[in-house]
Amino acid sequence: MEILKTYKLYIGGQFPRTESGRSYVVYAKDGKPLANACLASRKDIRNAVQSARKAHASWAAKSPFNRSQIAYRMAEMLEARKAQFIEELIVLGNSKAAAEKEVKLCIDRCVYYAGWADKYQSIIGSVNPVASSHFNFSMPEPMGVVGVLACQRSALIGFISQVLPLIVGGNTVVVLANSAQPICAISFSEILATSDVPAGVVNILSGNISELLPVLAGHMDVNAMSLTPVDSQLMQKAQELAIDNLKRIKILDYDFNLAAVQGLRFISEFQEIKTTWHPIEQIAGSSSGY
Amino acid sequence: MSSNNWNLDPAPESTAQIQLKPKYELFIDGSWQKPHSKKYFDSLNPANESILAQIAHANQKDVDMAVSSARRAYRDVWSKMSGAQRGKYLFRIARLMQEKSRELAVLETLDGGKPIRESRDVDIPLACNHFFYYAGWADKLNEAFAGQKPSSIGVAAQITPWNFPLLMLAWKIAPALACGNTVVLKPAETTSLTALKFAEICQEAGLPNGVVNIVTGFGDTGALLVAHPDVDKIAFTGSTAVGKYIQKACIGTAKKLTLELGGKSANIILEDAQIDQAVEGIINAIFFNQGHVCCAGSRLFVQESIAQQVVEKLKFRLQSIYIGDPLDKNTDIGAINSKKQLETIEKYIALGISEGASIFQPECRMPTKGYYCKPTLFTDVAQSARIAQEEIFGPVLTIQTFRTMEEVVQKANNSPYGLAAGIWTAKGARIFGMGKQLHAGVVWANTYNKFDPSSPFGGYKESGYGREGGRHGLSAYLQFNT
Repeated sequence: MEILKTYKLYIGGQFPRTESGRSYVVYAKDGKPLANACLASRKDIRNAVQSARKAHASWAAKSPFNRSQIAYRMAEMLEARKAQFIEELIVLGNSKAAAEKEVKLCIDRCVYYAGWADKYQSIIGSVNPVASSHFNFSMPEPMGVVGVLACQRSALIGFISQVLPLIVGGNTVVVLANSAQPICAISFSEILATSDVPAGVVNILSGNISELLPVLAGHMDVNAMSLTPVDSQLMQKAQELAIDNLKRIKILDYDFNLAAVQGLRFISEFQEIKTTWHPIEQIAGSSSGY
Repeated sequence: MSSNNWNLDPAPESTAQIQLKPKYELFIDGSWQKPHSKKYFDSLNPANESILAQIAHANQKDVDMAVSSARRAYRDVWSKMSGAQRGKYLFRIARLMQEKSRELAVLETLDGGKPIRESRDVDIPLACNHFFYYAGWADKLNEAFAGQKPSSIGVAAQITPWNFPLLMLAWKIAPALACGNTVVLKPAETTSLTALKFAEICQEAGLPNGVVNIVTGFGDTGALLVAHPDVDKIAFTGSTAVGKYIQKACIGTAKKLTLELGGKSANIILEDAQIDQAVEGIINAIFFNQGHVCCAGSRLFVQESIAQQVVEKLKFRLQSIYIGDPLDKNTDIGAINSKKQLETIEKYIALGISEGASIFQPECRMPTKGYYCKPTLFTDVAQSARIAQEEIFGPVLTIQTFRTMEEVVQKANNSPYGLAAGIWTAKGARIFGMGKQLHAGVVWANTYNKFDPSSPFGGYKESGYGREGGRHGLSAYLQFNT
C-alpha cells in the first residue's frame, strides 16, 4: 500500500499543521484527489509574520557572500531532488517535457540569484559627490518582511522567481502558495529546511487566498507585498489594506516560465536606499597635489 | 556676557527688486490663462498678514486643460527631443534661476516666512543646482541604467509642499524633465509665488509650450490632478495622511507613484560627541526653517551621562536665537507659514504640557503682528507621549535620554516614520555601525539637514517611498523596458 504524503505548512523552520485544524483537497489534472493541504488561517499568518520578523535582523546581517552560498545550496538540493518536482508537475497536468523544462529553469534561477547576492549592492549603491566635506554614500537595505502572493498560474517557477530575489536581498518572506496547486511550494520547504536557510526566512502557507491575502496585506508588521495578478476585487482589497502602514506594493505580472523574466530589478524593487553623510576632516596645509 | 544683550540693529533685505503682479493666472500651455472657476485666493505674507497677490484657484476644467497641454507637449515635442537638447533647456533654466536668485530668495521669504538667510543661502542655491545637476543627466540615462532600457513615463502630476516651495519644485520638475516627461505642478496654496515666477523663467528660457504647466489651488485642485485619468505618474511631497489618500486613489490604475511624507526623526547625541558642535547641530536640526522640515531632528536622544550638560547648553543657546522679521538678515527663526499651522503647533505645545512634559521657551521679544512661535524644548518626555510620536512640523523639540546603544536604536526605530536620523559621535566606526541599524532613508553623522543634488533623499516606512536626488532620483521618472 502506498504511503500518502501529508502536506503541512512551513513556519519558523517547522512543519506545523494549521492551528485551525482545517484542510482542503488538492486535485490532480485528471480530477482525482491528490492530497489534503492545510487550509491556513489568520492565526497561521500571524505566526508566520512573527517568525519572519524574528528571523529578519540576523538574515539581513549575514554577509551577502553567505546568502549567496545558501541560495546556491538551494540549487544543489533542488538538482538532487528534481525527479520529485518533475513528477509533481506532471501529476498537476504538465507534459513531461514541460515539467523537466520548468524544474531546470528553477534550478538555473536559483543559481542566477545566488550569484546576485553579493553584487547588486555595487550596482545600485553609489558614492555621491556632494559639495560639502562629507563622504556621502547610498546603499541598499532590505525592506524587511515581505508578503508574497505566489503566482497562481504556475506551481513552482513563479514561487522561485518571486522568493529568491527577495531573500538574496536580505528580506524574509511569508508566502501564500498557489492555492489550487500548493504541493510544489510545500515540497520546496523541505529543500529550504535542508539548505542552511535559517528558520523563519521563508514561511509558506497554503489555503484560500481570498481569505488569507487580506490578512497578510493588512498586517502592520509586513513592510512590502509582492503581488501577482488575481481577481481584481481581491487585488483592490489587498492594496487598500496595505495602505495603513504604507506597504510598498509591487505587482509582478509576468510569465515566469520565460528565461528572460529575471533580473536585478526583481531584487532592487524590494530594497530601500539609505544615504549616509559621513564627515571628512579637513587637514589644513596638507594638500596632496603632485 | 548675559545672553539678553543680543539686541541687533535691524538689517532687512530690500524688496525693491520684487515685481509682483496683483493677480496671477494659471500657467498652461506656455501662457497665462484665466481660471474657469473665476475664483482667486489671497497669498499672505505670514510675517505681517499683508496680501501679496491674488492667485487663481484651478477647477476640473482648468486641470483638464493643463493635463492635455502636458500630453500634447509630451507627444509632439518633449518625448521626441534628444536628451542632449532637453538638457540644454534645463541648463538654461538653471542659469536664469541663478541670475534671479536674489529676487527668488526675497520672494520665497515674503511668501513663506522663512528667514532670508536660509532662502538666500540654502533654498535658492540648492534649487538652481538641482536643475544644473539633472540637466547633465538628460543625455546619459542609458548609462545611468545600463541594460535596463530606460524611457520616459509621460505626463507627471506633481504636488509640492509649502516648506521649501521652489526647492521642492526643483526636486520634482528637474528630474521629470531630464527623463523626458512633461509636468503639471500644483504648488501649496500658501506658497505659490516662486512657482509662478518659475513659470516666467520657463517662458524666458523658451521652453516649449506645455512642457511645464502650473496650476494653483488648494487640496481640491490637487485631488483633481491625482484623479485625472491621463496622468501617468504622480509625485507628492506632504503629509502622510494625504500620501495615503493618494496611494488609495491610484489603486487599479497604471499610475506610478512616489511619496515623500512626514517624519519624526531621531537626533542621537553620544557621550563622546563634541558637545558644542552637537548643540549647534541640534539647533539646526529642529529650528531650521521654523521646524517646517519633514526630516527635522524633532526627537532628541542624549546619552544620560551628558544629558544635563547638553540641556543646559541648549537652553543658554536659545536665549540668543533671534526671532522676527524673516527679511532681516540676522533672523534665525522667521514666521510660521500660516495661521492654521501656528494653531497646530500651539495645540501640540499645550498637549505636551498636559502630557506631563516640562516645557522651556526662551525669553525673547516677539513681533506683534504675523504668525510666530517661540523655539520650544520639552524634557521629561515619555516615549509614548504624542509629542514624541506625532509630527508637529514646528520649532518644538522633545528630549529623551538613554544609556546604551541598543536602547537608543530601539527607541529611535520605534516610530511609524523613517525619514532621517542624526548621530553625533567622535567614533567613525560607530557612525557606520549605528547608522546601519537605524531605519531611516538619510543618516547624518556630526551634521544635520544637509542636502545636495547628488545625494538621494527619501524615507523608509510611513515616510514614503522613492528617492529624490542623485542617480536614484531618476528612476522615479523612468520606466524600464526589459
